[in-house]
Amino acid sequence: MNSVPDIFRILPEVILTLTGVAVMLIDATIPPAWPRRSLGWVAAFGTLFALWGSIWQLSLPEGTGFFSTVETSTFTVFFHVLICGIVLVAILLSLDTLPADSHHQGEYYALVVFGAVGMCLLTGAVELLVVFIALEISSISTYVLAGYRKQTGRGPESAIKYFLLGSFATAFLLYGIALIFGATGTTQIYEVAHLAPSAENHALVVGGLALILVGILFKVSAAPFHVWTPDVYEGAPAPVVALLSTAPKAAAFALLLRVVYEMLPSLHAFWSPLLWVVAVLSMTVGNLAALRQQNVKRMLAYSSIAHAGYLLAAFAGSQAIGIAAASFYTAAYAAMNVGIFAVVTLVSGYDEKLPLIEDYRGLIYRTPLLGGLLIFFLISLIGIPFTGGFFGKFYSFSAAVDGGAVALAIIGLLNSGLAAAYYLRLAVVSAQRPLDSRKQNAPSEQIGIAVGAALLLSVAATLVLGIVPGTVLHAAQSGALTLQGPSPEPAVRVLGVEPAPNR
Amino acid sequence: MNAIDQSILTLILLVPLAGAILVALAPDRSRLPNWIALLTTLVTFLLTLHLPAHFAAAQGGYQFQINRLWIEDPAIYYHVGVDGLSMWLVVLAGLMAPVGVLASWNAIKERPRIFYSLFLVQQTAMFGVFVSLDLMLYYGFWELSLVPMAILIAMYGRKNGPRAALKFFLYTFIPSAPLLVAILWLYSRAHSFDFSYLQMAVASGAIPAGPLWWVALAFLFAFAVKVPVFPLHGWIADTYSEAPVALAMVVAGKLGLYSMLRFHVGLFPAQARAMAPLLIALAVIGILYGACLALVQLDFWKLMAFAAVSHLSLIVLAIYGLTVTGWNGAVYQILSHGVVDSVLFLLLGAIEVRYASTLIGAYGGLAARLPRTATYFVVATLTMIGLPLLGGFVGEFIILSSTFTGVSRAWAVVAALGIILGAAYMLWLVQRLFYGPESTLASSSPAVDLHLPELAVLTPLLVLMLVMGVAPAYWLKAIQTGAHPPQPPHAVEHISRSPRPNLIPSAIVPEGQR
Repeated sequence: MNSVPDIFRILPEVILTLTGVAVMLIDATIPPAWPRRSLGWVAAFGTLFALWGSIWQLSLPEGTGFFSTVETSTFTVFFHVLICGIVLVAILLSLDTLPADSHHQGEYYALVVFGAVGMCLLTGAVELLVVFIALEISSISTYVLAGYRKQTGRGPESAIKYFLLGSFATAFLLYGIALIFGATGTTQIYEVAHLAPSAENHALVVGGLALILVGILFKVSAAPFHVWTPDVYEGAPAPVVALLSTAPKAAAFALLLRVVYEMLPSLHAFWSPLLWVVAVLSMTVGNLAALRQQNVKRMLAYSSIAHAGYLLAAFAGSQAIGIAAASFYTAAYAAMNVGIFAVVTLVSGYDEKLPLIEDYRGLIYRTPLLGGLLIFFLISLIGIPFTGGFFGKFYSFSAAVDGGAVALAIIGLLNSGLAAAYYLRLAVVSAQRPLDSRKQNAPSEQIGIAVGAALLLSVAATLVLGIVPGTVLHAAQSGALTLQGPSPEPAVRVLGVEPAPNR
Repeated sequence: MNAIDQSILTLILLVPLAGAILVALAPDRSRLPNWIALLTTLVTFLLTLHLPAHFAAAQGGYQFQINRLWIEDPAIYYHVGVDGLSMWLVVLAGLMAPVGVLASWNAIKERPRIFYSLFLVQQTAMFGVFVSLDLMLYYGFWELSLVPMAILIAMYGRKNGPRAALKFFLYTFIPSAPLLVAILWLYSRAHSFDFSYLQMAVASGAIPAGPLWWVALAFLFAFAVKVPVFPLHGWIADTYSEAPVALAMVVAGKLGLYSMLRFHVGLFPAQARAMAPLLIALAVIGILYGACLALVQLDFWKLMAFAAVSHLSLIVLAIYGLTVTGWNGAVYQILSHGVVDSVLFLLLGAIEVRYASTLIGAYGGLAARLPRTATYFVVATLTMIGLPLLGGFVGEFIILSSTFTGVSRAWAVVAALGIILGAAYMLWLVQRLFYGPESTLASSSPAVDLHLPELAVLTPLLVLMLVMGVAPAYWLKAIQTGAHPPQPPHAVEHISRSPRPNLIPSAIVPEGQR
């Protein structure tokens, strides 16, 4: 029935896995004295190839593979491209900023690429156990990456905290999957969608959904499951945070969209108010806490919590509009957040001699290019028109208004006014005249080819999303159409006995 | 319409932006950024002059329109056009741009590249606000106008630039959050951002009236902060006293007042009519409050800030009087106040550059040492306080007479009291700066009167003030085609009976020719 070989359904994942394996093998075979930096280029080209592979998947007919556990559709391609893009930028960023004498670079790039495998698989999985495995693949890589600077005190602390809380949250997810399976007798998402409304034990489905939501909301660092975020971001190296704050979140949001809109749209009355509350909590808690931070990375961590809240506002919208808005916001947020962490990496340096907001004083005088870019990304995070951040918020809140949640939109926009205060504080500090004493211990802030390319990519993405959002929005919308509810022909078969019909 | 008419507004928007990019790429030496910026602003000004030259006053309505789809969903159009309300404001903004560049010529010594490129972006944003006929496009430019301004105040401000910039940004950014929600809500009901379409939709009653109140209030709130209207004026004193001269000239008034005319009263006539009494009261309070505070200021930039509150409140009074004559006067007064304010700013800026003090008390007896400066200043002051034959008189007279006859005699009398106070603080300022015994500050530094470049900027502006005082009909001819305040239900019949009412009060024209 499947006219497409199964392997093509997971082409980007396959490419990424092969890349990761290649990086590890090369790392093990070349003499220890040789520099490891070129491994990063291997990883970068592998990711680029995977990106091409995702785009190529568009030419496949939509459908599932591997006994209807993995899907390719416009929706999955959208997120695959996004994740591969983020990983590519993060690798380019690491190429110039990881210390040259580090002998763990092979592990680093391999872990980044393996993490990407998990994230990509997460967006394509339509079977809850595959979802769980994909989530674990991506999480375990990121746990290790968070502690990459193990010689500092904060690195291991960050990794352990992330690991303990993260595995706890994953346990919730797994428990939720078990309950759903108990109620419906299946873990295939489309079948759950068909069976859930008629499930005998309705409370079991609701409980399962609630537990799954806990697991996912932890991953996207939405309040009240956000407490790990600032500590992890502070301890992890900045290039890792650039990755950590965007790619796993994009994947988790894709999963959230799939769970609420595709698997259990029948429980709309249950999850809709829940996500409303979480959205309001996230933006308010994130922004209020960010106001008081002195450390740039902690501030950006709280800001990312707030952005998760803005994004969740899109879930108040009706199916097609909400999915499209959330997908678009994920892309816009990724572009600007990767960009700002790239700037932070360059300014603070890998070993973070300059972590405080006050240390950014006079940045625009010291290195006008970096200062300008910092202000540019901050403007986008504030949500000023003609940047990606604006249209992200715009679509998200218009989805909310369209879905009748006017109050949520007002709270969100007032919050973005509040957020402007701390973004601006950083912008204003960097535009202030430098104090001479700080000049000496500032790192050189050299911009190499790889970092230059990373910055260029994020600036271009932020501008394109802000000036001509049409193309990306169109992609998000066609993705939303492929994710709308269960497939028209009902699946009447026992789990796993025969492959699902091509949708 | 020929090709130039088609693309003139796009050119006006793009030329400053192109100039900004060019300045940003130019090497930071030998005044190259200054020259590029000056050239760009002059070209833009010439382009804006195309509008009055080819504006068909008889035809009315929006002209030089372009309406192209920008984003499919939500349907945002690149829809720009001008009518009588906005055309002269575009020209005013065009005129202020080269003036601003020349005002910064000697004042901005460090990093001219960043300064001029952001200044030019700011110009694009301002033009965009005046010409946008799509609400989303308008909102985009409205927000965009905040950013360069805030950065420039932070980087090039006087002592507390960063603090003033933060205050300015938050004051103006937070009210735009409800504004955006209101715009989105309108879109969710009407499925369009197009201004004319929304105007029709609101007028036809297709949109429920209850929420429409809140929408109208959100619009008003955003605009009232920007003007600023009386209790919302907290940002203006700091911004005026910290911002570089070129920016202080453009920051207040124009954008907010124009937005009130077009997007508050124009879009929600019924709601605006109901809110008008409150706004009139606040405007009158603002006139008196601003004038009283201006009387007691020790710093001349702060004096100018509160004087602006007073003068801008007068225009708000005219807008919410909702009379045809009042609206003509309001637009005219925006133009004339824009010119006068910039002349005073240029002169005060020149004085500050020479003596490095902004305290009024430190000065005295400058007239003997700087006779040309004193002359120009006195003429500008007289314009500001509304001496007949000069630009300020026409607007003030139209506004007060329309308030007196069309709104309420009592309010007009109280507002006129503010004009008297205005004369008091301005003349007292002249007296303290230029006359009296020579202060130690004045005698300690060498007397350098206005030099040629400064005179080259100021003289045309002074002539313009005079011309605006004697020949207002030239401007009002176009303005009156756009000034259509909503009429109360019973007045509609009366208006429609006369085919083309003579909207210029007849008292004005002989006044000018006297």
